[in-house]
Amino acid sequence: MMENIISPENLVYTKTKLMTDKALSYCPGCGHGVVHRMIMETVDEMGIQDKTIGIAPVGCSVLAYDFMNVDMQQAAHGRAPALGTAIKRLMPGKYVFTYQGDGDLAAIGTAETIHCCNRGEDMVMIFINNAIYGMTGGQMAPTTLEGMPSSTSPYGRDVARMGYPLRITEMVAPLAGVYNCSRHSVHTPAAVRKLKRAIRKGFEAQADKKGLTFIEVVSNCNSGWKKTPNDANKWMEENLFPYYPIGDIKIDGKMVA
Amino acid sequence: MAKIKGTIVVDKEQCKGCEVCTTACQFKCIGMSKEVNGKGYRYAISVNDDCTGCTNCAIVCPDGVISVYRAKIDSQ
Amino acid sequence: MEEVKLMKGNEAFAESVIRSGCDGYFGYPITPQSEVMEYLMKEDPEVKRTGMVVLQAESEVSAINMVYGGAGCGKRVMTSSSSPGISLKQEGISYIAGAELPCLILNVARGGPGLGTIQPSQADYFQSVKGGGHGDYRMIVLAPASVQEMADFVPLGFDLAFKYRIAVLILTDGVIGQMMEKVVLPEPRPRWTEEEIIKNTPWATTGKTADRERNIITSLDLDAAKQEQHNYKLAAKYKLIEENEVRCEEIQCDDAEYVIVAYGSAARICQKVADLARAKGIKLGVLRPVTLFPFPKKEIHALAQRVKGMMSVEYSLGQMIEDVQLAAGGTLEVQFYGRVGGMIPTPEEVLEAVENKMVKL
Repeated sequence: MMENIISPENLVYTKTKLMTDKALSYCPGCGHGVVHRMIMETVDEMGIQDKTIGIAPVGCSVLAYDFMNVDMQQAAHGRAPALGTAIKRLMPGKYVFTYQGDGDLAAIGTAETIHCCNRGEDMVMIFINNAIYGMTGGQMAPTTLEGMPSSTSPYGRDVARMGYPLRITEMVAPLAGVYNCSRHSVHTPAAVRKLKRAIRKGFEAQADKKGLTFIEVVSNCNSGWKKTPNDANKWMEENLFPYYPIGDIKIDGKMVA
Repeated sequence: MAKIKGTIVVDKEQCKGCEVCTTACQFKCIGMSKEVNGKGYRYAISVNDDCTGCTNCAIVCPDGVISVYRAKIDSQ
Repeated sequence: MEEVKLMKGNEAFAESVIRSGCDGYFGYPITPQSEVMEYLMKEDPEVKRTGMVVLQAESEVSAINMVYGGAGCGKRVMTSSSSPGISLKQEGISYIAGAELPCLILNVARGGPGLGTIQPSQADYFQSVKGGGHGDYRMIVLAPASVQEMADFVPLGFDLAFKYRIAVLILTDGVIGQMMEKVVLPEPRPRWTEEEIIKNTPWATTGKTADRERNIITSLDLDAAKQEQHNYKLAAKYKLIEENEVRCEEIQCDDAEYVIVAYGSAARICQKVADLARAKGIKLGVLRPVTLFPFPKKEIHALAQRVKGMMSVEYSLGQMIEDVQLAAGGTLEVQFYGRVGGMIPTPEEVLEAVENKMVKL
């Protein structure tokens, strides 16, 4: 009976054509793939493939340009916002998004992040926070939680010696150039749908020249955390969400109370 | 009486067996295969007829390997 | 009609930038080149002239990465700085080399190492011609010796940058940057239209249209065999540049028995030295490399075969001399005279060095 309904007119969901056929280089269960796809679904639905320029970081998603079928540039570590700034200033009619991890955006690229936000560049900044350096093998990130082990904090992050986990999203939200700022996850269908709405809102805001949309996605690192994907998502809810609460921080230029 | 029925098609060679889809499905329609694919992963499979085509599994799938079909079916 | 003006080197450079159809300038203030951005901001070409973007970045690091982003879109973009700031840009320059992006970079060099001094220096020669960042790469390096060349090398630099998809560095110092001279400004040329950019730079990220594959700007290749091929491709490009783009000026070299090799403002001092030497009966000439990469190897080699002595004069502890000696080969030992730390030699002291180190040997 099931075979009967497998026909094009009954297709309600499949991977957007704006994702390439190349197999994602990410570990099983990693949130990167979902975020990539939500960006590309947005670009697809808005019909702006020919007007979209993406910027890939250094980190696990350095090869993001292999998977998203839009023109892309790959930035030096932490410098994606600088590239994005120039691209948007020189081609104001295009849609620009940057895609960075926690080490890229909140450690080495902190200056670029803050000043890009402060200038209110009309672009969307996507920030994947999994509290660890994934690609280099699980070292401590600026966002690693207190007590959380990593390969460079093997006994857990000792905040007295290693500093505190950085909530950079809360830091940039009050900046006048930031128009929308929110924190998301991609581990449940509802969360993914919310993220996509935020991305859409951000792309629309840049067309209206309203300023920058900053979107954090708290995500998993199953390999780095040494957990199965479902266990990692559960651990994320229990440990990361209390410190990095999901939700809107600033919407349409106004801080959410 | 018309009933909404759904089903999924999994690109089994691209599936990495992460099992995130299995927890996303509220009707427990998805399980993992006994066999492994070319990459050595057990892949997602449909295990019952309770699928409503809600797309939740496909939306959370990191690798985008699930396609969802949905149709109204007349039940006798 | 020719437009003759009396201008500072840095300002003539900036005016020429606007006239060269430049799309974007990204910089960060540092002495002795801040006049470049100040001039551009005052002219406000984005609103009042060509539409060119001028942006003060939060750092030199950010500025060079803005150049990367803009160049990746096929735009004519540039940055300027001075030695410590150019050091900060090296990472970005290496990425620009790897991704084969065309751009223009101005270094109004000052004395180092470290914060050093704001006075003129040629101690960034190695950094400029040997690759200051990581990896095997080269830039085309132009060394102006006058305010006129500061203006002329902007359109030339952009043209070379796009011809070879390479970063072009204009290496000068505070003498040239700060002094005022008569200058004939270049004829304004328009910025490229969107259609021209798509035609001239089909590799650029201008937005993926249905008629082409997506364009990717990157310097990464995890496959060593492919990366090696990329390195060989770069090497072939650098070789082509060495064959086609050498520029140098020979001053009183026809009958010279002794030759000074000097570039930039040092070459101007050495022209005076040649006059003083000839008044004393010493047949001295000056070879001025205009391109430091590609280096005028053949010209220096030819001179070395027929002169009695050769000397490299630099504001450094001896950097270019290594290339001069390599070009000269084993036929003669190249002498050296240099001042450092921001000090400029007088013609008289250079003449003394010529007499003591070269003529009497």
